[in-house]
Amino acid sequence: MLQFSIWKKGLIWALCLLGIVFSTPNLFYSKVEKANDARTLVAAGVVATPDMETDIAAWPEFLPSMLVNLGLDLRGGAHLLVEVAVEDVYADRLDSMWPEVRDALREIKDDVGSVRRQDSNPNELRVKIGTPEGMPKALQVVGDLTRPVVTLTGAGSRDFEVTNDGDILIFTLSEAEMIAMDDRTMQQSLEIIRRRVDEAGTREPTIQRQGADRVLVQVPGIGSAEELLDLIGQTAKLSFLAVVQQTSDPDIRAGSGNVVYPDANQDGIYYVLDRVAVVTGDQLVDAQPTFDQNGRPAVNFRFNPAGGRKFGVYTAENIGSPFAIVLDGKVISAPTIQSHIPGGSGIITGNFTVDESTRLAILLRAGALPAAITVLEQRTVGPELGQDSIDAGKTATVIAFALVLVFMVLSYGLFGIFANIALILNVAMIFSLLSIIGATLTLPGIAGIVLTIGMAVDANVLIFERIREELRGGKGPARAIELGYQKALSAIIDANVTTLIAAVILFAIGSGPVRGFAVTLGLGIITSVFTAIWVTRLMLATWLQARKPKTIEV
Amino acid sequence: MRLKMVPNDTKFDFFSVSKIAITLSTTLVIGTIIAFFTMGLNFGIDFRGGTMIMVETPESVEVSAYRALLNDVVDGDVTVTELSDPAAALTGEAKHIIMVRIEQIGDDAAVQNDLIRLVKTTLSDTFEGIVFLQTDSVGAKVSGELVQAGILAIVLAVGAVLFYIWLRFEWQFSVGAVVALVHDVFITIGIFCITQIEFNLTIIAAILTIVGYSLNDTVVVFDRVRENLRRYKTMELKEVLNLSINETLSRTIMTSVTTLIALLTLYFLGGDVIRGFTFAMIWGVLIGTYSSIFVASVILLRLGVKRDWDKTDNAAGTQFSDIDA
Repeated sequence: MLQFSIWKKGLIWALCLLGIVFSTPNLFYSKVEKANDARTLVAAGVVATPDMETDIAAWPEFLPSMLVNLGLDLRGGAHLLVEVAVEDVYADRLDSMWPEVRDALREIKDDVGSVRRQDSNPNELRVKIGTPEGMPKALQVVGDLTRPVVTLTGAGSRDFEVTNDGDILIFTLSEAEMIAMDDRTMQQSLEIIRRRVDEAGTREPTIQRQGADRVLVQVPGIGSAEELLDLIGQTAKLSFLAVVQQTSDPDIRAGSGNVVYPDANQDGIYYVLDRVAVVTGDQLVDAQPTFDQNGRPAVNFRFNPAGGRKFGVYTAENIGSPFAIVLDGKVISAPTIQSHIPGGSGIITGNFTVDESTRLAILLRAGALPAAITVLEQRTVGPELGQDSIDAGKTATVIAFALVLVFMVLSYGLFGIFANIALILNVAMIFSLLSIIGATLTLPGIAGIVLTIGMAVDANVLIFERIREELRGGKGPARAIELGYQKALSAIIDANVTTLIAAVILFAIGSGPVRGFAVTLGLGIITSVFTAIWVTRLMLATWLQARKPKTIEV
Repeated sequence: MRLKMVPNDTKFDFFSVSKIAITLSTTLVIGTIIAFFTMGLNFGIDFRGGTMIMVETPESVEVSAYRALLNDVVDGDVTVTELSDPAAALTGEAKHIIMVRIEQIGDDAAVQNDLIRLVKTTLSDTFEGIVFLQTDSVGAKVSGELVQAGILAIVLAVGAVLFYIWLRFEWQFSVGAVVALVHDVFITIGIFCITQIEFNLTIIAAILTIVGYSLNDTVVVFDRVRENLRRYKTMELKEVLNLSINETLSRTIMTSVTTLIALLTLYFLGGDVIRGFTFAMIWGVLIGTYSSIFVASVILLRLGVKRDWDKTDNAAGTQFSDIDA
């Protein structure tokens, strides 16, 4: 047990050395972070400023530069878990089917008679035909409108299912299409959220899909989750609609093809609007905050050519009538068209504050979310607390470390020093592993490291106690050490495997900070077993060979 | 000169006090059950939903001042507590940290963003220099899921461990270890009922670590029992257990002390956020050490162990016990 081949010795020391080398950048955290940031910018094509050059020079390129990521609880920031109402999109999809169905059925007018859409729940599209005898033909024609859905499981299914109930055609979305749509909705939502957060210029946001319909957004350094929520919580669906009537009765019968929306700024005012939008926010290419001629905050926008043309034609034809600018189901402004607006640009004047107009411009530029989102969980840690936590964590770790080191030397003398070297290497290895895999260090993670410090000595304690027993049993130094390692091994393995089981389960089931704890605990167990079994044994073996002591005291 | 926590060659008869230990443990477990149903756990917003806002003010502000202010603004139940800072005694600078908790109103899956905003504006308008250290808000949907995940994690961990020990030892060891484990988890939950320290997601992590730690201890004792059973084939089981516990006592105490040193440092200096967590861990280490000696071994003694291992000789224990040898 005490004989090491050269390559084994080399491997052990090499691993220890790597542990030290890859953990050192963390000792110079802010220096390395600045250098890394500056390098990333330069690589992205930004011309280096003198400041950036100093930052880069402070940490030479050939040195390892991987750092442990600090979790939000340590550096401060906001965390939001939101749910996307994926089913919101279904109604729009059915709505968009209607013109196609109408046109197709009109072509066979002789067989089916008049074609009329009926009001229904949002999950289906009901179309009534005038001549019930034409139903088989109608079914066949609209059946051709449906398209196959390409999915892994839903092979052969089509996007719509069409049935009939007497003289009414009923369209519903197929299961496969819903799944495919949910997926598209999530992709789009992620993209839009990412664009909005990026537009706001925040640093290193994490935007991840979680499960079927959730998105996790983490933005370090942001002061409050409310700010973040303002940015991503709004659907920002903008449309320009023709006004049919202004009213104070919210329950007014709008008539087929119309909708009723409230005024965003004044209670008790409602507008009856044509359901079909003249132009929508999808066709915007730019939006900027600005001020109108009266100096009030407003948003300046520009349409793409197609949108601009439509808008121009509409305004030319409807001079003198009002139109409504609708944002998320509320009329933010309903001006009267004064003149033909060519060129496809315009200005929205609502009752905005400067903040609101700036935000609306960001939202319009980034595009509308395909579906509404609800917040399930929000957490913010202020930068003060984050810094406090880092400081407290550092102090606690250093002091705990020192106390354990002293205690080990007092208890085991020289052997305690060996165990301590192993312990220091152990912590270095934990940090280097965390840096290499890019894990996130959270406050519970620091607790995990401190706990590992306490528990890492356990393996050595087991071995040393065993060596003591063997010495008391009259064995010579080398033999006692050898037996100590041999006999303590099964206890070490069993004890650490059980703790590792707990860590793995925590990692699999836990979320956020708990996961951070599981990672450091798990890594700590692995490195502590390595250092206890290999590193201290190698040190002891080397020491034995060099000194050849007649007696030892453990 | 060595610092020795435990003298060499102790010969305590641990089973002479087994009756007391059994009574004590049973009382504690029953006490936990009673406390759980009468006092209940002080669930944090992770598990109950709602909003938690932690603020710090430059000057000390009475808790009642917050209460009066917020009861006017918020419809739901508002709890205001002052966080005591044990580090203040060491560092000399007391912090004035207040935790405000607002109950989840209704079943709304969404969190009450407007409410948070309202509370924040009200507080910053009233108290000058107030700093919002932390704001957490969890909707009912997520909190429900977190409860499930927490329970699942503990059950899975215990199950996995039961299986592992059964593989490595005999089923009697496995039962002993798991009874000790459940005992530890119960009593830890009990102490949280009695102290009413907030029970949140990180406490689940702490309990799982206790599961790991307590096992660690139990397994070390059992490992020695397994070895001694092979060595002293005719010795009475009770003697073997006593001998094994005595032989490993020094290590048990040493490891508990080093872990406690680390944990106590963290408790006093690690900041407010993880204090509940370290409290659970400290308690768990104490209970875990006690239970591996007095609970796990007593159960093992009661169940008895098959002793005719010598027939299978070097593959003693079970077919898997020589994997690492």
